Amino acid sequence: MNFLLEPLNLVTFFPLLGVLVLLLVKSEAKNTLRWVALGTALINFGISLWILGKFDPAGDLQLVSQYDWIQVAGWNIKYYMAIDGLSILLVLLTTFLTPIAILSTWTAVEERVKDFMVFFLMLEVGMLGVFMAQDLFLFYIFWEFTLVPMYFLIGIWGGPNRLYAAVKFFLYTMAGSILMLLAILWLGVNQGTFSVPDLVAKGGIPADIQMWLFVAFTAAFAIKVPMWPLHSWLPDAHVEAPTAGSVILAGVLLKMGTYGFLRFNLQLFPEAAYAAAPTIAVLAVIGILYGAAVSYSQKDVKKLVAYSSVSHLGFVMLGMFALNAQGIEGAILQMINHGLSTGALFLMVGMIYEQTHTREIAVYGGLWKITPVYGSLMLIVALSSMGLPGLNGFVGEFTILLGAFGSKAFGSPIYAILSAIGVILAAIYILYMFQKMFLGPAGKIVEEVKHHGHELRDLNAREIITLLPLLVFIFWIGLYPAPFFNLIAPAVEKLLIPFQAVIGG
Amino acid sequence: MTQIDLYSILPISVLVAFACLLLLLEVFYPKGKQKEIGFFAAFGFALTMGLAISQLGNTISGFGGMVALDGFSNFLNVLFLLTGILSVAFAYGYNKRMGIDRGEYYVLIMFSVAGMMLMGQATDLIITFLALELLSIPLYILAAFSIQKEESEEAGIKYFLLGSYATGFIVFGIALIFGATTSTAFAAIIASIAQGTANLTLLTIGAALLLIGFGFKVAMVPFHMWTPDVYQGSPTSVTAFMAAGAKAAGFAALLRVFSSLFPSLAADLAPVIAVLAALTMIIGNITAVAQTDMKRMLGYSSIAQAGYILMAFVPFADEAVRATAISAGLFYLVAYTLASFGSWGVLMMLEREEGKGLSLADYAGLGKKYPLLAFAMAVFMLSLTGLPPTLGLVGKFYLFRAVMEGNVLWLAIVGVLTSLVSAFYYLRVIVTMYFKEGAPVIIQDRLAYWAIGSCVVATVALSLVPAPLFAWVSNALISPF
Repeated sequence: MNFLLEPLNLVTFFPLLGVLVLLLVKSEAKNTLRWVALGTALINFGISLWILGKFDPAGDLQLVSQYDWIQVAGWNIKYYMAIDGLSILLVLLTTFLTPIAILSTWTAVEERVKDFMVFFLMLEVGMLGVFMAQDLFLFYIFWEFTLVPMYFLIGIWGGPNRLYAAVKFFLYTMAGSILMLLAILWLGVNQGTFSVPDLVAKGGIPADIQMWLFVAFTAAFAIKVPMWPLHSWLPDAHVEAPTAGSVILAGVLLKMGTYGFLRFNLQLFPEAAYAAAPTIAVLAVIGILYGAAVSYSQKDVKKLVAYSSVSHLGFVMLGMFALNAQGIEGAILQMINHGLSTGALFLMVGMIYEQTHTREIAVYGGLWKITPVYGSLMLIVALSSMGLPGLNGFVGEFTILLGAFGSKAFGSPIYAILSAIGVILAAIYILYMFQKMFLGPAGKIVEEVKHHGHELRDLNAREIITLLPLLVFIFWIGLYPAPFFNLIAPAVEKLLIPFQAVIGG
Repeated sequence: MTQIDLYSILPISVLVAFACLLLLLEVFYPKGKQKEIGFFAAFGFALTMGLAISQLGNTISGFGGMVALDGFSNFLNVLFLLTGILSVAFAYGYNKRMGIDRGEYYVLIMFSVAGMMLMGQATDLIITFLALELLSIPLYILAAFSIQKEESEEAGIKYFLLGSYATGFIVFGIALIFGATTSTAFAAIIASIAQGTANLTLLTIGAALLLIGFGFKVAMVPFHMWTPDVYQGSPTSVTAFMAAGAKAAGFAALLRVFSSLFPSLAADLAPVIAVLAALTMIIGNITAVAQTDMKRMLGYSSIAQAGYILMAFVPFADEAVRATAISAGLFYLVAYTLASFGSWGVLMMLEREEGKGLSLADYAGLGKKYPLLAFAMAVFMLSLTGLPPTLGLVGKFYLFRAVMEGNVLWLAIVGVLTSLVSAFYYLRVIVTMYFKEGAPVIIQDRLAYWAIGSCVVATVALSLVPAPLFAWVSNALISPF
């Protein structure tokens, strides 16, 4: 019992209690099921706020929950959960987005509501575990476990091509993780421990082996992020996934990849990370430009948002591998920003899709006049996504660019300059989308909806409530990001200590 | 015969005695009431299991060094008896539905399990051979048990012919080893090799022949050709028993014989085994992708799984890694037995008498209509793939560690890459069950439900709390008699 009352275990496993309750509710009582799931997710958000209250930004790994797990047969595997500045915001993002995503399914998911909610809450358990596990074996279990519920979410409640997308998502991601599995085993066997802090303290992995291990971990994380050229699963998964699935996929699951780089690649293999930084930067820049260019040419608005993720996460990777404080802090903040803005974009795309059952940009037009609230909110989110000053995206991208510009690891400001072009491209594709869908004469979809005896309606109260929390943070981070940076900064400084030796100041 | 001698084979004796008793009982039992034989058989297995568990921690050698009771054989005895109990539970309803509910069935299973147990305990090649025959002959009969069906007959004949052929290899191998060392007893062979009086050429050829013979039993590529046909043709209850029990027994013999007798030949044999393991994983998994018949798919999957277990076997001569390698093999055997038996059990629930209900398409919609059964199948598929939260992941983790400690990294890479291939066809079952519409028909069979349920619970629970199982397998050592 004490085990479950420790804050980190409580927040991780609390959704399972919701799952148990859900299993007891009848499948026909859809609203009860929704309320139970939402209530669970909200309470869990509350728990995570309580954890935030206990959190000391200046401290090291904290709120530790450590138990011997497998200490026989030559294994040294612990149950080891802890939180620090690198993960606290991601934990909060997870618990924050989950209730929002659940709220968005209220009318969108009508079939097999019970199963949906069960998978959704199980997914939350997996994601939270990933961000807090400090033992590689435990981490791997959580990491692979998130695949299963997401696979079902796409496969059962997804769009017409969902089978293909679900299997592709699963196999693609698994291909990366199994290579990581071997690297994890190598570390465990040769270093005698799976605990990340112990491995960091021990160090001393020869440079050539470090590079191999770095590559194996990168395989898993780069697919998840996804970095160009390993991104091809993402558009399929996003387009086919139900809205709530897309929100979590973009908002949290992709961050598991970038977080993995941060926690494992940078901490465990500093020399290799330094050596690989320019290569990663090249891939990141290609990702930024390619993602933006491909976004522009999409006819499907959901696909446009999906490809914009490739571009945005390119920024995150660029900042992280700049290997200086600005770059990494910007990268972490940008992870959160992307979760908020892209999450909101997917939600809004889902809201209109629910009414019109099409996502083709060409059939829309003049929506701002017809649905003014929807239009105004969309404009804010779109501007946030393209990085307008005063909104959250700007703060993240600007800090990243500053970091990349002065990065000693890259050795040249060229990456920052090229990425800046990406910011302009983002403005182009986002505004293009907004112009086509929301300005100009009313699109033919308006007539079509009327033809079916409906009227395009503006957002209802539930939908506005779903979006409002996201908007609050979009403004908050945009106008006053200091509290967020304060949470991250000490941990980033500590993370950079080994690099000072490598880079030389 | 001293008391120690008897004690060393006590569980086997009790099981055989029980089987003989049931054989007599079956003759005099009124027709139509023979199903009670099944209960007696289950009772016999449970009783023997109790005895086997009570023997835990003993390390003794009996019958002048012909039979050993040690951690290794003790662990396997329990595993084989578990296999026996599960087979009875699954066969009980299934055989009745298929019109093959005859009492001999249980008796044959009991004899076969006794052979498996003896196989793990044998420390004389003659006993190994005897055990192999005791294990195989009932299986030949069982494969053809559904005599009204041609496929079953064909399976029986095929299995018998190829099995006898493989036995020939083993006998010839034993003869050569005897020629090389003038003995069939493990202790004498080891001494002869140590003193340098053994003829190494003959010994190596003998060992290679044994590898072929046992390779046939465990369905190792390229000696796997019989597997899909026999698995498909035999009654499913028999197939489940073969896929789990007979395979495990083959591995038991391989592990004991090779790690006791042939560490000195490792330079020649280990690379061969490594290549065979790799081929088994590759061919088994890739061929399984193309199957649409569930029985054939699981058949090929069981070939692939043999490759993974074989992997643990590669560092058998490395003094420092051997203990890990053997424990990892045993650990994975448990994971495999649970998942494989469980999935065959699910197959039996869907199979209908006229031979329908066995294709992948028959599983469409199972997730909606029978959520519990579909959940069970999904867990087994995840476990066979090696994904959390199942025992299969922990087992594979252990196997890969053994290989890595044995410095055969390339084999571990082949292992993970073929796991990815396997994910494709295991996932396809999940896809069909959950993502496709259909109206599957299952047969309500309470006993089978319970058996499947316990496999699921064990697969998940042991993956979360694996420490006791780890402790047990790491003590399941082969003692050097």
